[in-house]
Amino acid sequence: MKLLKLVPDNTNIGFVAVRKWAFALTALLTVLAVGATAHKGLNLGVDFVGGLMIEAKFPQAVETDKVRATIGSLGVGESSLQQFGDPKTVQIRLPLPEQGGAGAANAVVEKTRKAMTAQFPGVTFSRYDTVSGKVSGELIQNGVLAVVLAILGIAVFSWFRYEWQFGVSTFVAIVHDVLMTLGFFAITQLEFDLNIIAAVLTIVGYSINDKMVIDDRIRENMRKYRKMDMKSLIDLSVNETLPRTVMTSVTILLALGALLLLGGHVLRGFTAAMMLGIIVGTYSSVYVSSSLLISLGLSPQTSEKKAGKKGDYAGTAERVGPRDDGAKP
Amino acid sequence: MLNFSRWAVFAIILPLAIGVLCAIPSFLPDATVAHLPRFMQTRVNLGLDLSGGSHLLLEASTQDVAKQRLTNMEDQVRTELRRSDPRIAIGDISSRDGKLSFMVREPSQVDAAVERIRPLTQGAGLTGQRDFNVEVVNSSTIVITPTDAGIKSAVKSAMEVATEVIRKRIDEMGTREPTIQQQGDNRIVVQVPGLGDPKALKDLLGQTAKLEFKLVDTTANPSEVAQGRAPVGSEVLKYPANPSGVPFIAVKRQVMVSGEDLTDATQGYDQSNQAIVNIRFNSAGGRRFGQVTSQNVNRPFAIILDNQVLSAPNINEPILGGSAQIAGSFTVESANQLAIALRSGKLPVALTVVEERTVGPGLGADSIRAGLIASIVAVVAVAAFMFVSYGRFGMYANLAVAINVAVILGVMGMLGATLTLPGIAGFVLTIGTAVDANVLIYERIREERRRGRNVVASIEHGYKEASRTIFEANVTHAIAGGIMLALGSGPVKGFAIVLLIGIATSVFTAVTFTRMVVANWVRRTRPTDIHI
Repeated sequence: MKLLKLVPDNTNIGFVAVRKWAFALTALLTVLAVGATAHKGLNLGVDFVGGLMIEAKFPQAVETDKVRATIGSLGVGESSLQQFGDPKTVQIRLPLPEQGGAGAANAVVEKTRKAMTAQFPGVTFSRYDTVSGKVSGELIQNGVLAVVLAILGIAVFSWFRYEWQFGVSTFVAIVHDVLMTLGFFAITQLEFDLNIIAAVLTIVGYSINDKMVIDDRIRENMRKYRKMDMKSLIDLSVNETLPRTVMTSVTILLALGALLLLGGHVLRGFTAAMMLGIIVGTYSSVYVSSSLLISLGLSPQTSEKKAGKKGDYAGTAERVGPRDDGAKP
Repeated sequence: MLNFSRWAVFAIILPLAIGVLCAIPSFLPDATVAHLPRFMQTRVNLGLDLSGGSHLLLEASTQDVAKQRLTNMEDQVRTELRRSDPRIAIGDISSRDGKLSFMVREPSQVDAAVERIRPLTQGAGLTGQRDFNVEVVNSSTIVITPTDAGIKSAVKSAMEVATEVIRKRIDEMGTREPTIQQQGDNRIVVQVPGLGDPKALKDLLGQTAKLEFKLVDTTANPSEVAQGRAPVGSEVLKYPANPSGVPFIAVKRQVMVSGEDLTDATQGYDQSNQAIVNIRFNSAGGRRFGQVTSQNVNRPFAIILDNQVLSAPNINEPILGGSAQIAGSFTVESANQLAIALRSGKLPVALTVVEERTVGPGLGADSIRAGLIASIVAVVAVAAFMFVSYGRFGMYANLAVAINVAVILGVMGMLGATLTLPGIAGFVLTIGTAVDANVLIYERIREERRRGRNVVASIEHGYKEASRTIFEANVTHAIAGGIMLALGSGPVKGFAIVLLIGIATSVFTAVTFTRMVVANWVRRTRPTDIHI
């Protein structure tokens, strides 16, 4: 049996040579993403803006306009409706009554339920969330804090473990991944809720994973080929790890694809975010973060110094000289 | 690397076997699990988004607790100074900005007053910590300020009592397996699985259930009462059901009997078949109730719940038996709720629902089914892809993934962790990332082979070099997971738990376990070339 190889042996793509183009494209896309987020805004869920969210399941497909009219006549505030998953499921969002606390929110749910049951017999409320303004404020705060801490924590980790250039390039690439994800949510207007924060953190975790693998190889090659110039060295490292990068991205996309198609409507936004993040993360690992090391002035000498100072794990045996590596450039 | 000692093999297989074994009960029906030995009864809990149910986050206002304490302090100060001999006259009592201040009319008595008040301000316990500070301002005004530590300990104890009261109330409702937990300084999380409609629950938790009986002040001027003014020693309370039409009534400040003296409360009916609540006092409460009612025959008294008058019946004859009825436009349901609330005691502080999430059982079941199907398809797709890419080695990786999934479930069962819907997503993602470790190793082996190393050296090198990378990558991944666990709430936490357990177990199965399997194969067959 012939085994599948997504990336042929001895692939040698000049990633570094196109870095100016890659940087320009990346910068453009990032600006677009930020612009879209600023202009259109995110469709924040009740988790983050507070309010009442009801997911109503109808026995047959239903027109949202009819539902809107029914709720509009109740005087419970301005509703926003969205078809959710399939035409039988409608998500209704309402503002929380300003006064009366829990009892009032309860009353709104009951009132809506009564009116809806009268108008559309057989309708059920399969889920509803009420989040007060205070709690939603805290959730936003914690969400933003989590993402910021994760990015900083990981950047600091790779800074201490390697040279500062690795920390900075990783940081830049991950910020890019997060901004692209935000842009995606702004453009699609998919609901941005608590679960999406988990998705963003996963993207951060995955993307860093990818960069670590390449960074690790760059460092290994820096010790192995001391005379090689940085550009060819980075190209070599990215190309050597390319089969793994592609394989892993494809496996994860396969797994997530199954979840996107079959995992039910509740997880759809979450999965879409992760799939996008993985594509963006893979792109930024290959085209952005490694090439950025050159622009940041990484040279074999910086690596030597750090390795010597720290008495690194790599061991001296490994650094004595290049191994007999056969037909490698 | 080809030599795994017997002990090493044992040390690798044993934890995996235990993990897999612990995963089994999660798939068995309840009845079967009950027959298993105790250590095998490890099951993964389903989160509310999967099982259906309600999640409520209740918050107590710390200001309320502080205010309540100040009011109590005011009462104590009045009684204490009035009781002292010689009596100390005070005036200008006010509690503003969270402080209580009053003037001692006779300047020569200021010191004596401070002396008498001091003991009231000492905190309970032996710490010697002061709950209030007492100062004298302008030589005749005494100011009592609560200390932060005092407020903190008051809130703490109020929350402890509140949690207990809520537990009792929910138990009385007969719901199964509720989770009631204090969160932070002033919040309580209540999770009740399988509850489709939490309205009754919320109504029940929303009641403070502070019950008091007070005499109605019949001397009060009705027009002044309507404006909210009451004679000295009385107060104006809301009375929505007042037959006179004015929704206010003046009652004496002094409490005849309070809810603390109740021993029982049940829902019942009166002669006209109206729903009422029957209550029974303890002996002290019953005696006091009998005494006051004997002295006040033909005068009305007010039944007050949460500072609102329910009804103000006339005392036709002394009520001596130690039991009474509470009437006031109840439905059977609301009467029953009040009875439960009274039985479980009053909440020391009012609680408001600040967050609620309810998932119907139908949606939960749909989510489980969809998640399960998606997981199976994901596993099959990934496994097929691995096999096509790496042949025999791909199958080893697949075996490792299968064991890994079982072990994650087993570990979750052992920890009593909760599987949520995002947790299922975490599972699917873990399947994807777990094979990453194998991909790293196998790609490295391919590379080493291309460089001309022999089979054993390639495998050895592949594992060694890749292990370091895998470790680095997983540490950073774990950082993200740890942050999610620390800062995330509810469903996000569920995702983080699966992710973190998955990271730990996948390194073990994907690296150590496959290495053992590969070594075993190489030792047996001594291949001169490998197909990878």
